[in-house]
Amino acid sequence: MSQDTITENSSKEHWNESIVNEVILEDLKQNRIDHMTYLPGMEDPHSDIMDKVIDAMNHYDYEKYTEADVRRALAHDNRTPEDFAALLSPAALPLLEEIAQEARRETRKHFGNSVYMFTPLYIANYCENYCIYCGFNCHNKINRAMLNPEQIEKEMQAIAETGLQEILILTGESRAKSDVKYIGEACKIARKYFRVIGLEVYPMNSDEYAYLHECGADYVTVFQETYNSDKYETLHLAGHKRIFPYRLNAQERALMGGMRGVGFGALLGLDDFRKDAFATGYHAYLLQRKYPHAEIAFSCPRLRPIINNDRINPMDVHEPQLLQVVCAYRLFMPFASITVSTRECARVRDNMVNIAATKISAGVSTGIGEHADDIEEKGDDQFEISDDRSVKEVYDALLAHDLQPVMNDYIYV
Amino acid sequence: MSKTNDKFILGGHEFTSRFILGSGKFSLDLVKACIEKADAQIITLALRRANEGGLANILDYIPDTVTLLPNTSGARTADEAVRIARLSREVCGSDFVKIEVVHDSKYLLPDNYETIKATEILAKEGFVVMPYMYPDLNAARDLANAGAACIMPLGSPIGSNKGLCTKEFIQILINEIDLPIIVDAGIGRPSQACEAMEMGAAAVMANTAIATAGDVPAMAEAFKKAIEAGRSAYLSGMGRTLDKGASASSPLTGYLQD
Repeated sequence: MSQDTITENSSKEHWNESIVNEVILEDLKQNRIDHMTYLPGMEDPHSDIMDKVIDAMNHYDYEKYTEADVRRALAHDNRTPEDFAALLSPAALPLLEEIAQEARRETRKHFGNSVYMFTPLYIANYCENYCIYCGFNCHNKINRAMLNPEQIEKEMQAIAETGLQEILILTGESRAKSDVKYIGEACKIARKYFRVIGLEVYPMNSDEYAYLHECGADYVTVFQETYNSDKYETLHLAGHKRIFPYRLNAQERALMGGMRGVGFGALLGLDDFRKDAFATGYHAYLLQRKYPHAEIAFSCPRLRPIINNDRINPMDVHEPQLLQVVCAYRLFMPFASITVSTRECARVRDNMVNIAATKISAGVSTGIGEHADDIEEKGDDQFEISDDRSVKEVYDALLAHDLQPVMNDYIYV
Repeated sequence: MSKTNDKFILGGHEFTSRFILGSGKFSLDLVKACIEKADAQIITLALRRANEGGLANILDYIPDTVTLLPNTSGARTADEAVRIARLSREVCGSDFVKIEVVHDSKYLLPDNYETIKATEILAKEGFVVMPYMYPDLNAARDLANAGAACIMPLGSPIGSNKGLCTKEFIQILINEIDLPIIVDAGIGRPSQACEAMEMGAAAVMANTAIATAGDVPAMAEAFKKAIEAGRSAYLSGMGRTLDKGASASSPLTGYLQD
């Protein structure tokens, strides 16, 4: 990408037209509830982290950084938020090869050649939110399904047979359909088959996180999607997800509830990806300073096509920009786990784990009931995946890159 | 102690090798070659990596002749370390345990206070307790009183390969504590391992420096040689060092006559 195009992109309004259609444009005209006010029952941790993140993001002027700033950031042993800002700036893009080399050194220093493997398991796709870019949104006409405990067990058995020992349990965001107890039961079943249990479900209160921790889960990932609250409001038109601060403070409530680690992610392509990536990293940085024991993880998803909208794309986040973001996370927080999504193809994923990512999923389906053969009631996918390789195929690909697949490096205590 | 009768005794067990090898960050198929090249008799193992029955189980790659030293990595408190240690005794069938208590995800620095608490409990239960610690003399004395079999101070933050940043304080432990002092973390080069041994450390533990080397087994061998050289130098009695300039061939007092 030329310097001219970069400047042009960053100066105009970041509006990803591929997401909207006529129905959504009409819905955008309706009155909506205030997205900055907590709803009854939502716990407020009274934390200063959100204000700090939003303030820093608003003051982040990535155009002001020069090549010298980027080189200075690269040369530092311990990188500051200012270094992170420089590494995410357009001035860093021409230095991507050097940045990738340095990111690789940091990754090897902290993780050796280990790469952790896991798979997500979607147990329900009912959702009460109206997120206009998501295949699960409550207005999208798709097949809905929810696994019962027997079906969850069958799915988990089928996954465990592939050799995996880490599972990420996902639901659509429906408290009514997939309540906390239901998710807890899924965790208890997972404890029988897996060593590591992560959750990617709707944000909840700290006592609910504490309950799920008791049920066996230790890691919670919540994607903020975008940290620009004005943009957020236009993308999340209804449902509890609309409440921006409740979502942003989810990781802190999870740590208050006793979870060992928390994951962060902006959905790149929704808004200005540089600002979103900066806010994501700074959010994780502040939380790790406040909770020094917290294990930090990043995910780096880009927008993908969904059922009933195959036009959706990540706009200006091309492969170089994605790599830039991943490397900036690595250089800023060398000890953090970085997951590379199946939204990316095998070529991109295999190269990213060779540079900066440390965790890769395999044998992935984003639909419901697709691992076991005899589950008839299946639910449609959240998004299209680009890497449908089996566990064995990913395992062998890692070995071929001289990387060591690791199934488990964790103990539940 | 003479060079001919130089035994390394730990928890009543006798070893000839003074090189404790870590097993993290490795490709599993290199572990065996490393143990052989390093001549290591003790290898550490994070219980959380012991993956019985699953794919890529590190236990399958470690020869039976080697003493397994399970560690409690993943523990954030004394209580968690105690629970992991008890589990490790079941899984590995070994009374040896290296206590690691860390609740800092950035620098992974050990918590001496929680480590002392865990050491006291586990020593009473008959474990050979090897506590990993930040080199503080008072904490080391407390660990000794709590029943530790050795003291394992860090040279620099774990995995950093920065060498003996805490050299002065490790020297104090070597001088003052009657247990073996094993320099545990941050050793990045064979020369640094050698230096620790010259100082009088009883053994050196290394992992990242080897696991991240270009030729992993060759680096394991280089460490072995460096550790042996450092030990020999220590036993031989180091030659004098001159702190301030050279020794004048014409002494200042040479003019004195009556």
